[in-house]
Amino acid sequence: MKLAAKDLLRLATVGSVDDGKSTLIGRLLVDTRQLFDDQLDAVVAASEKRGVGDLDLSFVTDGLRAEREQGITIDVAYRYASTPTRKFIIADCPGHVQYTRNMATGASTADLALVVLNVAHGIKEQTRRHLCIAALLGVRTIIVAVNKMDEVNWSEAAYLGVVDELSTLAHELGFESMTPIPVSALLGENVVERSSHLEWYDGPSVLQALEACDAGSWTHASAGARLPVQWVLRQNGGGRTYAGMLNGAALHVGDQVTLLPANVATTITSLTSGSGPRNAATAGLSIDVGLADETDAGRGDLLATAPLPTVTKEFIATVCWFGEQPLRPSQRLRLKHTSKVTPVRLKEISGVVDIETLSIIEGAHLSTNAIGLVTLQTADWLVVDDYLNNRVTGSFVLIDEVTNATVAAGMVGRAAFL
Amino acid sequence: MTDHLDLLESHAIFILREVVAECERPVLLFSGGKDSAVLLHLAAKAFAPQSLPFPVMHIDTGQNFDEVIEFRDHAVERSGARLIVASVQDSIDQGKVADPGPLGPRNRLQTVTLLDAIATNGFDAAFGGARRDEDKARAKERILSFRDAFGQWDPRQQRPELWQLYQGKVNPGEHLRAFPLSDWTELDIWQYIEREQMELPQIYFAHERDVVLRDGMYLAVGRFVEPLAHETVERLVVRFRTVGDANLTGAVISSATTLTAIVNEISLANVSERGATRGDDKFSETAMEDRKREGYF
Repeated sequence: MKLAAKDLLRLATVGSVDDGKSTLIGRLLVDTRQLFDDQLDAVVAASEKRGVGDLDLSFVTDGLRAEREQGITIDVAYRYASTPTRKFIIADCPGHVQYTRNMATGASTADLALVVLNVAHGIKEQTRRHLCIAALLGVRTIIVAVNKMDEVNWSEAAYLGVVDELSTLAHELGFESMTPIPVSALLGENVVERSSHLEWYDGPSVLQALEACDAGSWTHASAGARLPVQWVLRQNGGGRTYAGMLNGAALHVGDQVTLLPANVATTITSLTSGSGPRNAATAGLSIDVGLADETDAGRGDLLATAPLPTVTKEFIATVCWFGEQPLRPSQRLRLKHTSKVTPVRLKEISGVVDIETLSIIEGAHLSTNAIGLVTLQTADWLVVDDYLNNRVTGSFVLIDEVTNATVAAGMVGRAAFL
Repeated sequence: MTDHLDLLESHAIFILREVVAECERPVLLFSGGKDSAVLLHLAAKAFAPQSLPFPVMHIDTGQNFDEVIEFRDHAVERSGARLIVASVQDSIDQGKVADPGPLGPRNRLQTVTLLDAIATNGFDAAFGGARRDEDKARAKERILSFRDAFGQWDPRQQRPELWQLYQGKVNPGEHLRAFPLSDWTELDIWQYIEREQMELPQIYFAHERDVVLRDGMYLAVGRFVEPLAHETVERLVVRFRTVGDANLTGAVISSATTLTAIVNEISLANVSERGATRGDDKFSETAMEDRKREGYF
């Protein structure tokens, strides 16, 4: 038996606490038989021990002791599922506002957000916050599980009311595709199999929707190739190659590239990936390349094809602040962007996002979990793209200089919906 | 076409290079098992044609299968890396941990030996072959996982880990664990080993062996497992799905003698790798989380 080649889809669950994200993922994994017998037995045993019925599906992903004691998700759980043609990496994210940093961690690498909300409650503030962050992080495709349909007697009117509200929000946030699905994660209706309680619904189940969507939708072939230099490899017999993970457009042997920030034009003479020399590479591959001209390229530099990115020491960015203390103007931090680390100063806060209205309001600081539009000044030159055009060269993190903790997620430019 | 194995390989190579660039003194933890064999294979690719820019360290419980130690020495020698062996027996002799006796379990004792070796050598990052699909506590762990000055993991205070911006700065005395295989499943590992035609210890392939059935697991009769009075020794065709201490690792009944046969077997398995074979996780619901908090792999 030869197993077929698979593509890879990364998804994150998004939504407010107690709307059923972990239960939905538990249901999806159980009903597609992705769980091994002993893992399922352990979930049954843990459920019985805590007196929460025969099978608490949230225990499939809520694996920490504190999570099971409190009945909440604290940090992201990564689970894996496979169909004959696709591997899924599922990040089950926490819903509580104080764990927003963990939700952002899970969503930052996602191709797709699986939004879960309670049909009886509609869109809560935390649902809005999560959708807003998912949109900021560049997720363009959402599947919305309108959950707990059993609690409203499978009412089409209740479902349509929520979908209506959601469509407006999804449109404002600029999602390109939204697939709403009425489900009961608890009972397994419309998760894997189509539900018999919903004669009025003729769309896909959650699994069918996940199998149908585009994988790797984040790879924009039009935006130019970007190879941040991570490491320089000395070749036998002299010469060097430059290693990194390719993103943006494909790169070929013979392509004209520009080394930035030095602004030196050269040509790709060789290209090697984990499986050996090749003529071309696409986004997501770790490669090393040889260059036609002698350069002093090193870690932190970038090789790019047109349209070229911007070389700058001052730029506007949208940041999600996770620090315990508020972020204030003139504050000094460290910034990591691709393979480059540099001191950075907050020049000014131009505004703070009001989650309720999605508008920018004035603010003197960013409190924990706030999203703001800021201007940053760096000590060293950065080579950036707008985040809308490139998720790698458009993203950065801010780091506390004393504790080394990551305190903010940053995106170059202004989000489309702001 | 770029398939999921190409992307997993590329991601792991990216992590290996990033940690080496950001940290002062990394080390690669190597057990001789399939996951650490894949990790060593990827490390060689990440830095070729140069040799590995870090040493390889084995935390030796003294209760390993002989075939695994042979494979360890062979694989590390071929990689050109320096091998450090930190011995649990030394920790016992120095009185740092209680002696469980010659046949007693040593799995948990490894934590002390590991943390001592990290401190003594001044390592600020340790690569491990752990995967998130192995256990529910591992499923929660970051790819770059911070350890405080006592080697502890605090699952409630993990650093945000956004995009692929892995940042590896730590203060003196603290360190990171780095898990390049986080997103690989057991099946991915075997498909990759098959694709790359990698060598592995022979005990992964089906062979005849004397075993006893104990606590629901077939244990290999040998230096570390002596049959008890009520136990019957059976000669069966088995293989090992994981490689741990000989007195804690169960064999599975299998006729898979080739990599292709193993891939087929794993793709049809209905019991997890750890459920089938690991005595060390069976003690409590949160056995892995508890050990990890103390500084375990």
